[in-house]
Amino acid sequence: MIRGTVYAFGDDINTDVIYPGKYLSITTDREEMARHCFEAVYPEFREQAQKGDIIIAGKNFGCGSSREQAATCLKYFGIAAVIAESFARIFYRNAINVGLPVLVTPGITHFARHGDKLQVDLQRGTISNERTKKKIKGALLPPFILEIITDGGLIPHLRKKLGINRS
Amino acid sequence: MSMAQKILAKASGKNACAVHEIVMAKVNVAMSHENADVVLRSFQEIGIDAVWDNKSIVILFDHRIPAESEKTAATHKRLRAFVREQGITHFYDLKEGICHQILPEFGHCRPGEVLVGTDSHTTTHGAFGTFATGIGATEMAGVWATGELWLRVPETIQITVSGTFRPYVSAKDLILHIIGQLKADGANYCAVEFHGPTIETMSIASRMVLSNLAMEMGAKVAFVIPDSTTVSYVKERTGQPFEVMLPDEDAEYKSRLAIDVADLKSKIACPHAVDNVKDVTEVNGTKIDQALIGSCTNGRLEDLAVAARLLEGKTIHKSVRLLVIPASRRVYLEALKRGYLETLVMAGGLILNPGCGPCLGAHQGLLAPGEVCVATTNRNFRGRMGSPESSVYLASPATVASSALTGEITEP
Repeated sequence: MIRGTVYAFGDDINTDVIYPGKYLSITTDREEMARHCFEAVYPEFREQAQKGDIIIAGKNFGCGSSREQAATCLKYFGIAAVIAESFARIFYRNAINVGLPVLVTPGITHFARHGDKLQVDLQRGTISNERTKKKIKGALLPPFILEIITDGGLIPHLRKKLGINRS
Repeated sequence: MSMAQKILAKASGKNACAVHEIVMAKVNVAMSHENADVVLRSFQEIGIDAVWDNKSIVILFDHRIPAESEKTAATHKRLRAFVREQGITHFYDLKEGICHQILPEFGHCRPGEVLVGTDSHTTTHGAFGTFATGIGATEMAGVWATGELWLRVPETIQITVSGTFRPYVSAKDLILHIIGQLKADGANYCAVEFHGPTIETMSIASRMVLSNLAMEMGAKVAFVIPDSTTVSYVKERTGQPFEVMLPDEDAEYKSRLAIDVADLKSKIACPHAVDNVKDVTEVNGTKIDQALIGSCTNGRLEDLAVAARLLEGKTIHKSVRLLVIPASRRVYLEALKRGYLETLVMAGGLILNPGCGPCLGAHQGLLAPGEVCVATTNRNFRGRMGSPESSVYLASPATVASSALTGEITEP
């Protein structure tokens, strides 16, 4: 179960906005990536958002570039989950692969607003809003995708599958 | 079955597959540019020593060349060492150009195959009848390790194009028109198939413009139906056998769109979204500071040719910076031989080395607050090419060249 405070965005939030192109030269230091999320267009994000927050967004979240830094920077910033009306496909896969929980939930932008406290059950695909006491159901993740997320991302998942124990 | 279904069935060792089915697909070509450094980090974390197949992986440098920072120089150095250590056969160092031009030039795009790249515009290679799609770095690490990845078989949108373009209207105007209609998520998770007589008479370069920009409406893959033009282009560049796969006559489509281009006008994507598409005449007169001809969308020979034709014997407006970036070394050399580059330099243009240049805001011609650029590139998101207070308009090479002449957005 994930519990966190909502940080809300609108439609078509693209990966250039989430992670500016000028920082793509940062390739390995994930903590450093986290210091630049939303920097150019929403600089207030890093002041106002807290570790453990849940991003909710409108349609097509993460559209644009394939840069994995867009998912990685949110995970290492401490974002607990992203729930959107819909996701762009590469961001969606990247989030799963880096172990950032994502949930497609039509209606989420009307269900919750900035500052609400939510409880998210990924296994059941349900979200509860503590303010309104209401519940909504997101699209259930296929079991093998849920397994990648619960393993912590594609790398630990592959290590498990391939039977690799060495570090 | 659609093209996507047929290719994914073959790639997953089945006779058929259904839309929405999830398959494990074998990969034929796995391409990464500088972000191979991010892939490498994840690959090392998996903890295996050798890649699955050092002949199927392509690594190249195009996004930040020559290195714009010490960080990038270190990335290039690490990757050159990795390429040597793994014996990666297909490595193109910074002299060759943009990934989406050099993959076809060197015969890596073949009909009926699966090609993945750590770049969203990998859809470009659907122009050769290849199932080509963009993936992220960690996913690519998985491909380097295992040679396969899971894919959901997409629904397909069929787009049929007929009619003859008016002078100076081209594939860029057509695809901007389509994106303006379907919007930024109009093809999300879908395959697109481009059919019809107008497509059949299009050059390879123009077909690539369609498949490239289809990404901007969310397409997972964007096929041009392969024909004799495709087959002869590919055969001239590779001896590797391939199987052309065509959609069945009774393929099922999510939707069908028919377009006649006879009355199509020059189009432009206005700030700050690719689907904010207007006729160029609606924004005629908007003052510009920079004009950019290049990128994986429109940096090919025919693009430089039309710009040279419009700027022959003329001088660009004194307050405009015209940047010209040939898409590859081969394009650069051919444009030199044909005199296009001389014409563009004489007109006041600045020729940059083949690469992605300022398109993604990394270096080489970024914008100051308040500045306006009209570019042949593929994204105009806020802050994409520099300051978040700058504006980028996306248009055809003809529109960009005409605008460079007048200093304001101008229909060619």
